[in-house]
Amino acid sequence: MQSDKLRLIWIYPDLLSTYGDQGNVLVLEQRARRRNIPVETVYVRSADPIPEQGDVYLLGGGEDRPQILAAARLRRDGGLGRAVERGASVFAVCAGYQLIGTVFGGEEGQPVEGVGLIDIGSRRGERRAVGEIVAEVDPELGVPTLTGFENHMGVTDLGPSVRPLSRTVVGTGNGDGTEGCYSGRVLGTYLHGPALARNPGLADLLLSWAMGVETLPPIDDTWHERLRDERLGTVLGRQ
Amino acid sequence: MTQLPLRAQLAAALGRTAAALSRATGRGDGSVIGGRIGLVFEPDLLRQLAADRKLVLVSATNGKTTTTRLITSALAELGGVATNAFGANMPAGHVSALAEDAEAPYAVLEVDEKYLPEVLNTTGASVVCLLNLSRDQMDRAAEIWLLAQKWRNAFAEVRTHVIANADDPLVTWAASTASSVTWVAAGQRWRDDSWCCPVCGGPLDRRDDDADWACRECTFRRPEPTWVLMEDHDLVVDPRGARWALELRLPGRANQANGAIALATAEAFGLPPARVLGRLRDVRSVAGRYTSVERDNREIRLLLAKNPAGWLEAFGVLDPPPVPVILAVNAQGPDGRDTSWLWDVDYRVLRGRPVRVTGERRLDLALRLDIAGVPFELARDVDDAAATLPVGGKVDVIANYTAFQQIRAEFGRAV
Ligand SMILES: [Zn+2]
Repeated sequence: MQSDKLRLIWIYPDLLSTYGDQGNVLVLEQRARRRNIPVETVYVRSADPIPEQGDVYLLGGGEDRPQILAAARLRRDGGLGRAVERGASVFAVCAGYQLIGTVFGGEEGQPVEGVGLIDIGSRRGERRAVGEIVAEVDPELGVPTLTGFENHMGVTDLGPSVRPLSRTVVGTGNGDGTEGCYSGRVLGTYLHGPALARNPGLADLLLSWAMGVETLPPIDDTWHERLRDERLGTVLGRQ
Repeated sequence: MTQLPLRAQLAAALGRTAAALSRATGRGDGSVIGGRIGLVFEPDLLRQLAADRKLVLVSATNGKTTTTRLITSALAELGGVATNAFGANMPAGHVSALAEDAEAPYAVLEVDEKYLPEVLNTTGASVVCLLNLSRDQMDRAAEIWLLAQKWRNAFAEVRTHVIANADDPLVTWAASTASSVTWVAAGQRWRDDSWCCPVCGGPLDRRDDDADWACRECTFRRPEPTWVLMEDHDLVVDPRGARWALELRLPGRANQANGAIALATAEAFGLPPARVLGRLRDVRSVAGRYTSVERDNREIRLLLAKNPAGWLEAFGVLDPPPVPVILAVNAQGPDGRDTSWLWDVDYRVLRGRPVRVTGERRLDLALRLDIAGVPFELARDVDDAAATLPVGGKVDVIANYTAFQQIRAEFGRAV
């Protein structure tokens, strides 16, 4: 943490929040508060500069045009890259995940330059991947099975300097049997749900990165767990 | 109207028979099955059934069923009006509705947003009403900027008069390619899909207490409306400056907006407000929405809310606390299978009243309410939920699409 408060920065809710992405912010806020960690969230509209003193930066999903607009504005701003160099964490979902890479597919599938925070490249796939997803997380991260909902046409190729976040059990993810990726404290995924509501373990991973600690005190996860059990049971039961 | 060609007549008759069969066997109201059979037999049927009628198409992500109903009631002042009253809003439903009432000189059709360009192109409708565009069933619906672009292309190609909500920037952008437009200031409570300019992507400047909006970076701005629903008043100002109290039986701000659009549409057919307001006020419920049913001495009222904008409008209609509310959420095909949208709804307004949660995806909603700090209890179904509430009095139920239909079925379609 940079200061006496955990600072969450939600990047461009006016362009990238199409799929309930606010939920990721709310879950992080609540998990911090329930552990008596003071937390402050800054909503940064696309006309405004990115504050560089944040601890966790969140990017959500969005349509093609807003995704291109967001990438262009973030590149011009440059603040997110400087925050990452300084050690901030990033959690990026779907359109946000694609645009933190070096390139992604635009409205007609044309390549569009990304922000280049991590070494991934995305392009338009053959068909839309829509549905529930289940994936086993890289054991290094100590996060339980992922559950979420994907809705995208992207195929994402991971460069040598990033690791897959997980391997898919059900669903498409990156398109090669893996889902999402991470590099340092930058983590991206196709998962909606929202991802941190369905996967509080992932939320705690981000919090522990931001706090610079190995583990966090446990909190009551009754409703998260009941939803996870129901979703995982239903989706895996259909197999 | 002129005679349909023989093939089309036969197809329409076949459709009607199938619809009657479907109703008789209790498998539904017949509005879709009949149309499907008709369309298979004669794909051009919709064009032929629509020809020689004065046709209004109504589209939006919220309010189209109710607005269709209000306009239908208004135009009845002029003569027979065919309509798809049960919300079967794709071409098969349109064929059924038109075949069912082949002699009616007027027709008002609710149209699914995705099908509007196709249906407009096929029917050459004289009037199109556009209410709003907001996020809706993201896993199956087109993205709304893309949808608005398709609407623009469609309006550029036909001569149709559009009646559009000028307070919704995306609707305004979509309507602005039409050859003539009546702009109605009908309000926009849900703004989370219109913070950016659809023309250039720049920020739209707007204030909480004002419907006006303008792009900071280009010339795109709200057109001057000729009909205005006054903020915080049940009053519509017509193009001559006269004020009309709506006094609808249907509750809430969203229905006042629907009423304002209906008045503007009626006037396009030569019907001033004085001639149609009484008819709008006679509408009490629409396909089960807003009706109350007596059950175990409780007055249970049903509200449908399909997407975040709809939930926001439904909250505005709730009776004040401590009237309890039952929330029901499913995620079947027509609802959208992704429940992420629950996180776009601000449930904190429900604090301070008993809240019960049901539906097939009640655990998604339970977690959402837990994070929002809204106390609640889970229930198997509406009856189970009601059983845990104080005896007597009112209860409001807000449900999304298939949950709503299940509750109606539970209540024996008494509503
Ligand atoms: Zn602009």
